[in-house]
Amino acid sequence: MVFARSSSPHGHAPLDTGAVMRCVLLATLPGLVALTWNFGWGSLINVVLASLVALGLEAAIVAARGRPVLFYLRDYSALVTAVLLGLALPPLAPWWLVVIATLFAIAIAKHLYGGLGYNPFNPAMVGYVVVLISFPVQMTTWITPRDLLAEGVSLPGLWQSLQIVFPVLGTPELSDGFTGATPLDAFKQYSGLLVEQIYQREPLFNQAEIASYGWEWVNLGFLAGGVWLLYKRIFTWHAPLAMLAALTLMAALFHDGGSSTSGGSPLLHLFSGATMLGAFFIVTDPVTSAASTTGRLIYGAGVGILVYCIRVWGNYPDAVAFAVLLMNFAAPLIDNYSLPRSYGHSRRRKATEKKP
Amino acid sequence: MRKIWDIPGGIHPPENKTQSLGQGIATLPLPDILILPLGQHAGAPAKPLVAVGDRVLKGQLLAEPGGFISAALHAPTSGTVSAIEDRAIPHPSGMSARCIVLLPDGNDEWCPHHGVADYRAASPVALLGLIRDAGIAGLGGAGFPSAVKLGPKQPIDTLIINGTECEPYITADDILMRERAADIVEGVAILAHILGNPATLLIGVEDNKPQAFEALEAAARGTAIEVVEFPTKYPSGGEKQLIQILTGKEVPSGKLPADLGIVCQNVGTTYAVQRAIVHGEPLISRVTTVTGRACGRNGNYEVPIGTPIRHLLAHNAFDAARCARLIMGGPMMGFALPDIDVPVVKTTNCILAGSHDEFPPAPPAQACIRCGLCAEACPASLLPQQLYWYAQSHNLERLEAHNLFDCIECGACAYVCPSNIPLVQYYRAAKGEIRQQDAEKKKADHARQRFEFHKARLERAEAEKAAKREARRLAAEEAQAKVAGDAIPASGPGSADDLIQAAMARAAARQSSPEQQQAKLERGLEAARNRLQVAEAKLAEGEGEGLDTEPLDRLRARVEEARVKLAEAERKLAEFTPATSPAPSATAARVVDKLQGAPRDQLERSITTLRERIATTEAKIAEASDETIAAALRNGLDKQRAKLRDAERQLADLGPADASPEQPAADAPTLDAAAQAIARAQAKAEAMAAMNPLEKLDAALEGLDQRIAKARDKVAAAEAEQSEHLDTLRAALDKLEAKRADTARQRAELAGQGAH
Repeated sequence: MVFARSSSPHGHAPLDTGAVMRCVLLATLPGLVALTWNFGWGSLINVVLASLVALGLEAAIVAARGRPVLFYLRDYSALVTAVLLGLALPPLAPWWLVVIATLFAIAIAKHLYGGLGYNPFNPAMVGYVVVLISFPVQMTTWITPRDLLAEGVSLPGLWQSLQIVFPVLGTPELSDGFTGATPLDAFKQYSGLLVEQIYQREPLFNQAEIASYGWEWVNLGFLAGGVWLLYKRIFTWHAPLAMLAALTLMAALFHDGGSSTSGGSPLLHLFSGATMLGAFFIVTDPVTSAASTTGRLIYGAGVGILVYCIRVWGNYPDAVAFAVLLMNFAAPLIDNYSLPRSYGHSRRRKATEKKP
Repeated sequence: MRKIWDIPGGIHPPENKTQSLGQGIATLPLPDILILPLGQHAGAPAKPLVAVGDRVLKGQLLAEPGGFISAALHAPTSGTVSAIEDRAIPHPSGMSARCIVLLPDGNDEWCPHHGVADYRAASPVALLGLIRDAGIAGLGGAGFPSAVKLGPKQPIDTLIINGTECEPYITADDILMRERAADIVEGVAILAHILGNPATLLIGVEDNKPQAFEALEAAARGTAIEVVEFPTKYPSGGEKQLIQILTGKEVPSGKLPADLGIVCQNVGTTYAVQRAIVHGEPLISRVTTVTGRACGRNGNYEVPIGTPIRHLLAHNAFDAARCARLIMGGPMMGFALPDIDVPVVKTTNCILAGSHDEFPPAPPAQACIRCGLCAEACPASLLPQQLYWYAQSHNLERLEAHNLFDCIECGACAYVCPSNIPLVQYYRAAKGEIRQQDAEKKKADHARQRFEFHKARLERAEAEKAAKREARRLAAEEAQAKVAGDAIPASGPGSADDLIQAAMARAAARQSSPEQQQAKLERGLEAARNRLQVAEAKLAEGEGEGLDTEPLDRLRARVEEARVKLAEAERKLAEFTPATSPAPSATAARVVDKLQGAPRDQLERSITTLRERIATTEAKIAEASDETIAAALRNGLDKQRAKLRDAERQLADLGPADASPEQPAADAPTLDAAAQAIARAQAKAEAMAAMNPLEKLDAALEGLDQRIAKARDKVAAAEAEQSEHLDTLRAALDKLEAKRADTARQRAELAGQGAH
């Protein structure tokens, strides 16, 4: 009679990587709904298209690497990357933009580095930055929120949206003028005016409840999803909270009483652009962030500070992708100096410490 | 209420404790056989005191402690020792080890035993001795000999009794605390007495054992013992974790609880101590949980140590077909047993026969996504994901910097890992790797130290030799300087004699006797031969074994070296033989001669000696069978020839003496060439003395003519050979010609005078 030999522990908690990823996917839903409500079908098309491309690529590359395809697809990581990328890309972006971004995310940023767990850079953000730098026109064309459209102008319907994304389906019959600037873009364009004046002129701001019309709901959606993930203990609060706190602090410091050199209010920064998507879905990517809780605090704060700097003093209206990639670079360094104090030790050690 | 601290991390796996708590502590019929491993505890195995065939009584000492950290072993029942042999023991590796096999006779007959009437009156040292004699080792799982742990050098102010039992499934301590709380409390009092009555006496119980807590509370009422309940969390029962929960202190890394003034003992151990001191019973049984869904019945049993697990399972409706894993210990830290023929040992707190649905096979591990759940679960505040990363890349330095050795292998990280990575296994392997590396480093350091000492010894010997050589050289120079000083009348009249005396003494000292010297050389030769034989034998052996090229090359080099040494020894002996012929006094006389003789005489003498030596060497070369020896001899011959040429050149430089002998043809091995030359010169001188001046001058002229002719021949020959002596020979010829011219002028003058 011989029984299985195995090393302890013999039991296992029910959670697995696939379940973690499924939770993340589920948590993006409120944000996706808010995006679709405000900006039409574009984001949904982005997400579906990116997902299909990502799954296909993942399967092809895993097969090419000689590994079991289904086993790897079941970790849902490619799907998470694709969904986050689809959410980040501008709605109604041409199909090839989505495909290129996904290709770079999955093939270059993820699998060329060894696949899940080995990629030093957030794949979705790599894909995003590649198309942002390469195709600035398409990447800065956003939609005006549904309720701010001029009289007689409406958002494209599903079929029209598909025709915009895939020109091969025919030329859509469209009313003009449904595209517009994002709040951060608008704020930047009005530079030189007092914050109050900007808010008076720009309906994105003066129609808003807390920060910027439409966008605040998108950000609240992602915040809701993030809070649910926190509750589910999928990740810890350290990185997102540090990022939001650092961003708020920077905005408060440089608000300058709403003068013409003001960088905008903390609320504007918190609830515009990709802030909440970044805080709860990008910064929390464990693979590319720091390992310890202290490290994640530093990492998140770094992202928050960089986001503000690039938004206010840089060339790009939004900056989550750049900030995240820059902090990805810094993560291994942070890891070296942010070890927790272990039981029985009087101080933290450095990862680079040599034996005495 | 005592303040309770929290530990970082921790997990809440399903407890699965109720199924084995349905009955109290039960007993089973005696098994047919008891297998008693000699090493059931941490430390050295016990040494058997019985022989096969001995009849032993229950409680009789079977094996004594094999060292300071070791524990005794007793017969759990009366019976016969049927074997002392290697048997499979409960160990993660599934290895075998020496066991005493006991066949119970069914009488369960006790040997005489008695407890201590009043332990308070006994000295702690005596009680410690009793605990050691009772073979008590930590029953919680580690099996550390209790007497060692209870006798710390440090003063103890806190005694903690561990009733945590945080592992799922196990209820052995729980049931023991419920049913035998009074005995445990008495055991605590004994331990407190042994430890010098620490100020704080604590029994820690998790709050999932309310009945055990209440029983202990009741038993401890009116004593100094405080029973503390704290929230259930795995792994609160780890010694370090329990100390943190109850005192808020952390045991510094690499230190012991005793360094904080704390001693921790398991409740089972405490109970065993009470049995040993109060009843005089050694540790021969323990309470073990039998559980898991592959067993139809779950419960706790007081079983004799050595009971085969097969026996335990058989009485609990075990269904092997349903059993996925058979675990000794709990599901978190227990180890899987390969089969059921291993015995219950002192540390066996649970036999968990898990069914397939309880312990499904682990799914294949996925990639680590560094989610950090492991770090959140780690009670030691490590970064398991980083440890895993560095364990995979064998980055041992980083592993140590990340405090790998503070990992208690509780398994919380692997339990929560969503990628199903067997993290603990990686850490165990990495720890092993580091330990091995450290051991190898220690060994290498030792070897290097030895090599350095060896080198230093050789250098010292070499330096001593060099110093001796230098001293000899200085003495020789001094002696020469004195001789030279003698030639000039500056030096005192006695100095030359003194010098000679000294030289004689030195010569005598150096070569105590030629026989001895020769014997020494012969011994050297013999030793060299032996070394060569040994080296050749080793080489042959090495070649036979098919060693790698590198060690073979080394062996070959050694053989070659030995050959050269042998040749050298032979040459030395060969050179020595002719030199030994003169008696010691002759040697001294030669030295005297050497020192007293004029430079010309000295040179002539050395030329003669050299010629003799050359002749001998040539003869040896002719005789030599071995090419190496011949080569060595030829080498020596070349040197001798060079010396000879040197001497001849010096002689030539001195210029022709009045009665200088003709230089014999080079290399003519004439033994008495110099003597003949001297004889010829003497004959010539006598003949000359008989002549009138004119005739003398004529003879001289004639002689000079002959010498000039010869010298010219030599110069011509030297020119043809491009000899290095050409200039010297030419100078000699010029001198001869000048002399001839002078002699011819004298003769002309003399002849002129005669004509007048």
